[in-house]
Amino acid sequence: MFIPHTDSEREEMLKVIGVKNLEDLFKDVPKAYRFPKLDLAPALTEMEVFSEMQDISRANENTRDVACFLGAGAYNHYIPAAVDSLLQRGEFYTAYTPYQPEISQGTLQAIFEYQSLIANLTGMEVCNASHYDGATAVAEAGVLAFHNFREKRTRFVLSMAVHPHYRETLCTYLCGYPQLEIKIGAADQNPLADPSSLSTLIDKNTALVVVQYPDFFGRVYDYTDLAKTAHEAGALFAVVINPIALGLLKAPGDFGADIVVGEGQPLGIPLSFGGPYLGLFAAKKDLVRKLSGRLVGETIDSQGRRGYVLTLTAREQHIRREKATSNICTNQGLMALASTIYLSLVGKHGLRQVAELCYHKAHYAAQQIAAIPGFSVYGGTPFFNEFVVRFPDLMNVEEVNQHLLDHNILGGFDLGTEYPSLKNHMMIAVTELNTRDQIDLLCEVFQEVNHA
Amino acid sequence: MNIPTNLKYSDSDEWVRVEGNVATIGISDFAQSQLSDIVYVEFKVDVGDEVKKDSIVVTLDSAKATADVNLPVSGKVVGVHTDLPDIMERINSDPYGDGWMLKIQLSNPGELAGLKDAAAYDTYCQKRSH
Repeated sequence: MFIPHTDSEREEMLKVIGVKNLEDLFKDVPKAYRFPKLDLAPALTEMEVFSEMQDISRANENTRDVACFLGAGAYNHYIPAAVDSLLQRGEFYTAYTPYQPEISQGTLQAIFEYQSLIANLTGMEVCNASHYDGATAVAEAGVLAFHNFREKRTRFVLSMAVHPHYRETLCTYLCGYPQLEIKIGAADQNPLADPSSLSTLIDKNTALVVVQYPDFFGRVYDYTDLAKTAHEAGALFAVVINPIALGLLKAPGDFGADIVVGEGQPLGIPLSFGGPYLGLFAAKKDLVRKLSGRLVGETIDSQGRRGYVLTLTAREQHIRREKATSNICTNQGLMALASTIYLSLVGKHGLRQVAELCYHKAHYAAQQIAAIPGFSVYGGTPFFNEFVVRFPDLMNVEEVNQHLLDHNILGGFDLGTEYPSLKNHMMIAVTELNTRDQIDLLCEVFQEVNHA
Repeated sequence: MNIPTNLKYSDSDEWVRVEGNVATIGISDFAQSQLSDIVYVEFKVDVGDEVKKDSIVVTLDSAKATADVNLPVSGKVVGVHTDLPDIMERINSDPYGDGWMLKIQLSNPGELAGLKDAAAYDTYCQKRSH
């Protein structure tokens, strides 16, 4: 809490440090920059501000008013009302993990439950709580792998079908090590290439191989062979997941993942530009000392009562001081809690149901779109709730999306913006919230723009 | 405090036993008692690495603190006590025996002259325990 000082307190402090007035403290800042004139609008009353803000917010489209077919890493799922009402309890309402944690047993229990749920879902043995978002969790997998091999292995192999922003964030995190060689996709640079094409890039100098599951294009591959290739070379194998998909799909732990990371937003966290989102990070037990953040464990106290403790904080600055290799303070603990509440509410069967609804609705949509003359749906590999549509040659994805918006439809992701070779390809996401009517309307508008 | 007279000691509490041109290193009894129970050992180097004096070669976590083991002499790593993480309590109970960490083939034996003998190290420890 920030409490302003009184004039007399200020006087006293200035006297102690031997400064005449506050301005003297800013002497080193060039005069021109010291108190620049700010071009601010005139002050408004609370009522005026409220109405102005409302006007501004009306310029936004939101997923309550439009049919949303946009995914590409963040998905429009139903959030049970209980998530928000539990989340907003005063006892939980902070983004920080406690530094003197054992006094906050409720928070520790929630984190323990979160770790257990995510570890189960991913088929991993340990899970930290947590990272900012999917992108920073992926980047952290890179940092972990680099240190795991004592900085001796310098090659990183990433699939082009890992979310472009995640790849970019990993490169940013590792850009301080110029010796690293980050290989993204095989030589032919085909974004839709089969993941087996990555195996030619994996060598004895490879620290980490990263793939996505379902991949950025929604496709589901069995990575067993690629994981084997990575392990034979001595490298770690990381899998980026969509947690909802794991309600239906085999857990990455079952096909050889050492690290599982992902965006936790689909688990009860609303879509919002800039977050807060949630970075999932789980791993095999032998990497436990290398995890950033914190791990909560369950124990019993001297009277045999169940209790929770901060078991391990192996890399953080409040433990390792100047030797720290991580400093996660705002760990999105509140978002981790939201996902915990969500998973507890829907349960194992509910999660499978959500995943099945997404899967079947997406497949219905893909089928309908594929039937429109001139449109083709990328096929040949199983997909979860997202798929790639190739538009007729002269159609521009951006223009189509504008047209869709006129019909209250938020269209899919314009793949050309991230993959130049995929111009006039749109990626469409379908969730349990998309109705059959919405899907049929989407197809109608596609047909209409095709004839126009 | 156990300070064997046949060893050399560094200011950061590592011991060195020289046999021919190979030095065995570990942490002193004083260091282990300051750290208390060791709960984690991680080697930062592999056999074959050329390592300079003062590089961090091992990190230790104890119930109380984390600490680095600095290499007291430059050279090539010719032995790593890879079983140590499984018997790390021996760092506390037998720091000069089973608690050894690395064997280094000296590349600059002249550096040994800069280390303390047992008497000087004893004084150095006593100064710090008061």
